[in-house]
Amino acid sequence: MPADAIVEVKAVGKVYETGVEALAHIDLALPQGKLSTLLGPSGCGKTTLLKIIAGLIPPTRGEVWVKGKMVDGPGAERAFVFQDFALLPWGNVLRNVAFGLELRGLPEAQRYEIARRHIAEVGLTTFETSYPHQLSGGMRQRVGLARALTVDADIILMDEPFSSVDEQTRRKFQEELLDLLRHKNKTVIFVTHSIEEAAYLSDQIFLLSPRPGTISKIIQPNIDRHGRNPDEIRRDKNYLDTVDEIWQILKHYV
Amino acid sequence: MGSEKPNTPVLHHSITPVSPLVWQLISFVLFFGLWELAGRWPISFSFPPFSKTLLALVSMIADGSLARAYLSTLQPLIIGIALAGVIGIGFGIAMGLSRSIEWFSLPIFIVLQAAPMAAIIPLITYMYGIGILSKVLAVVVLAAPVIVMNSYKGIRNTNPSLIQMCRAFLGTKRQEVLKIVLPHASALIFAGLRLGVAMGFIGIVIAELLITPTGIGDLITYNSSVADYPQMFAAIVSIIIFAALTINALERLERKLFPPEMRGLEHAG
Repeated sequence: MPADAIVEVKAVGKVYETGVEALAHIDLALPQGKLSTLLGPSGCGKTTLLKIIAGLIPPTRGEVWVKGKMVDGPGAERAFVFQDFALLPWGNVLRNVAFGLELRGLPEAQRYEIARRHIAEVGLTTFETSYPHQLSGGMRQRVGLARALTVDADIILMDEPFSSVDEQTRRKFQEELLDLLRHKNKTVIFVTHSIEEAAYLSDQIFLLSPRPGTISKIIQPNIDRHGRNPDEIRRDKNYLDTVDEIWQILKHYV
Repeated sequence: MGSEKPNTPVLHHSITPVSPLVWQLISFVLFFGLWELAGRWPISFSFPPFSKTLLALVSMIADGSLARAYLSTLQPLIIGIALAGVIGIGFGIAMGLSRSIEWFSLPIFIVLQAAPMAAIIPLITYMYGIGILSKVLAVVVLAAPVIVMNSYKGIRNTNPSLIQMCRAFLGTKRQEVLKIVLPHASALIFAGLRLGVAMGFIGIVIAELLITPTGIGDLITYNSSVADYPQMFAAIVSIIIFAALTINALERLERKLFPPEMRGLEHAG
């Protein structure tokens, strides 16, 4: 295990009550301050693995260690961004973003002040009093991301956050995510089934193969993103090679 | 960040140039016109035309007999609905939250909801006599099952993703119930109350006809026995209108308090 691993997954397996084996013996070490992606076709258990790391689902076998402590449930150092946003339909943007702090018992004035800062970061300041049904899918996910940022967790777990967002919004969102995270030193674990998304965003990609889910390869794209615009990155030789390399492996499972 | 447009509601324009109000008026005129014709024909000696019924209704309002009748009918109805509401919502929530209570009582309420509960009213009279208690019980017995079932379903239908979100952000079980499950269920619980009130109306009318004639039941039975059919029909029509208006008002209140989009019914996922 690398010395700077913040999340360690040790021999984790998951068998559902129905007898379906979702994950078989997963070992992972996720470096501090990096964006790691769990990539694979549907049914490879990548969301299950993320939820096990989040402490939302108990593993059948093995252990997850986060910052030197064994996981036995959700923790303050981890925040989750949901695929379906999971916003309170009866709460406005401000209440939704501040909801994590509300659960921690912070007084209203204090939590709204913190929430407003993060609402500004994701560009929703003028929508503070809007309700989720008045927002587009992309905007709803910004609310989900802002909510994860308010609790100031070191690790952000993102479960296919852009999958229900249209392609244009998705690209823009990816760029903004990289921009936002560059200044924050957050560790991000990102689940996706999009090869391009994984190659574009990740410092490290864990390729999962299905039935049961196992890690079939670890890829480090090694793309120099510093000071380059998104189009340059998408034309980068390493980016294109990474996309191709992943496709060569994944096409066997489709 | 954030140049996307928010969703704008799509306006539906009605195709017909005539406003719905006009159609409703035409429908009323047709209905009462046919009633008048049928009464004058007459299809039965005991079936009064619309005009005579309306006159009887006006006279019953004027001499205060209708108001007195409602005063006595509404008492057991309101007490019964309040009781059924408190017990039913409490029980439904308990069933939704606890697997063992659900296991124990769900079959009972499924049977109760489907059973013709009016059949139990003679038994209630036998056990509790002919006083107000029996009438209250009749209302409770009819109204409670639907209130229980709606509260239970409201709790059980909570979006599992919201519950996971609450846990992921370190919500306690208590917070999960108070901040997610109950707000989520409140609309269905209120709808259950509205259906309970509708059942309560049926319960109270049956009770007043079957147990002892009081209130509206008394007006119907008495006028029927002295063959004053216009007054009897006026009493029947008045309770139908009263019940319909009450249910309609509750429906409007429900839409105002719990708009569908605030219940998460509108957005996908």
